[in-house]
Amino acid sequence: MKKILPETCLEMLRLAATDLPPDVEQVMRDAARREAGGTAASAALGILIENIAMARAQSRPMCQDTGTNTWWIRHPENMSGRVIRSAVVAATRKAVKAGFLRPNSVDSVTGQNSGDGTGLLHPVVHLEQWARADLALDLLLKGGGCENVSAQMALPDVSISAGRDLEGVRRAVLLIVQKAQGKGCSPGVLGICIGGDRATGFAAAKEQLLRPLRDRNPDPLLADLEKRILAEANTLGVGPMGFGGATTLLGVKAVKAHRLPASFFVTVAYSCWSLRRAHARISRGRAAFAREPFVHKGR
Amino acid sequence: MKRIDVPMDEKTVRGLAVGDEVSLHGVIVTARDAGHKIMIEKRPDIVRPHLAGGVIYHCGPIMLERDGAWCAISAGPTTSIREEPYEASVIAEYGVRAVIGKGGMGEKTLAALKTLGAVYLHAVGGAAVYLAGFVRSVPGVYMLEELGVPEAFWLFEVDGFPAVVTMDASGRSLHADVAGRSAKVFDSLLGN
Repeated sequence: MKKILPETCLEMLRLAATDLPPDVEQVMRDAARREAGGTAASAALGILIENIAMARAQSRPMCQDTGTNTWWIRHPENMSGRVIRSAVVAATRKAVKAGFLRPNSVDSVTGQNSGDGTGLLHPVVHLEQWARADLALDLLLKGGGCENVSAQMALPDVSISAGRDLEGVRRAVLLIVQKAQGKGCSPGVLGICIGGDRATGFAAAKEQLLRPLRDRNPDPLLADLEKRILAEANTLGVGPMGFGGATTLLGVKAVKAHRLPASFFVTVAYSCWSLRRAHARISRGRAAFAREPFVHKGR
Repeated sequence: MKRIDVPMDEKTVRGLAVGDEVSLHGVIVTARDAGHKIMIEKRPDIVRPHLAGGVIYHCGPIMLERDGAWCAISAGPTTSIREEPYEASVIAEYGVRAVIGKGGMGEKTLAALKTLGAVYLHAVGGAAVYLAGFVRSVPGVYMLEELGVPEAFWLFEVDGFPAVVTMDASGRSLHADVAGRSAKVFDSLLGN
């Protein structure tokens, strides 16, 4: 495990940065077909689809902002979390040296870039023990532009007549998308958490971005909400890059968390079109890579 | 597609309108958050010769040194609105004629574009390998040690770098138009 774990993490970083998952590429192609020919929106999507292929072929990061690398790792009970974290840190440093990641870690007080992609609480590693002998790793790279338009609202909010119910959630989410315009590199994908406290709301919302884009929410109420928000957001006319157009969002994924009686948060993790995930499993000393998450299956 | 040679004069800039597709040729300068803060607080002269009639590119690239020369691996635009507090003054101070970025900028910058004769050019966000392909060479870099790779002032010699005019020197902004229209749709979705 001493060798295989950092090696697997490094390959996951390379894959996430350079090789867009097929489900995301497919919705980009669908979006390109929807936009009217000759528009700036259509031209932008054409360039992005070309960029996806170039990044994959040349093994170069498709976006220069390789983001925060956030990990969700399920591991056996007899395995040290400290060892896993240090493997992730070592892999991050190697990935920066190899040009798969940008040195993206800046001291928030001094302004000094650490130069190696690591720093305080950076990268982000969520660990969870499970009663199995193998490891399941999921990775998300999410850049700063779309992180900056991610948002949390506390309901009720009288300015948009949003109460503490699913209709209020719908109103809050549509407002967040309208405010984001093209600044988060639309067309975007939303991870939504309804409830929780402020911190768990953001964590759970971000984790929703691991879901394959065509999956169906097992909760029928949330499945309907996802569908409705996707359709309505795409009537806003923000379009790719905020140029105007038919595709403002590529997908919406929602989850709920219990909350305090006093709190009702709606949290949106906005991802740019470049939804960069990688997934792997390490079993009996061997790594297998997958294009869809392991995390939401077989749990 | 209109060809733009850098540096450019005011007449060229005033001839551009929202919606025009352009291709840039010449040396452009990357600058983002730390760079803009420094250009206002310290007004460094090192970038001055490259910015007179020149182009600022909001970009924090991935760079690798190969055989002693810097190479742009991945170099798309970063979100421009963060530079809104600085950009109008930077354009005035350095005589910048074009700013490339993504997501558009606000009213203060739009007013400066009109008064001073400059344009905002939108490059495709996330198309970083594609756009790096238009960087022919990297003739220099400033403040690399102090600012780190993403924030340093990189000189990019570009050949045909593509962008679209989304804010022009007549005071028009595509971003303001789209935001206004989408706000109306939002209101109707809420039943207002």
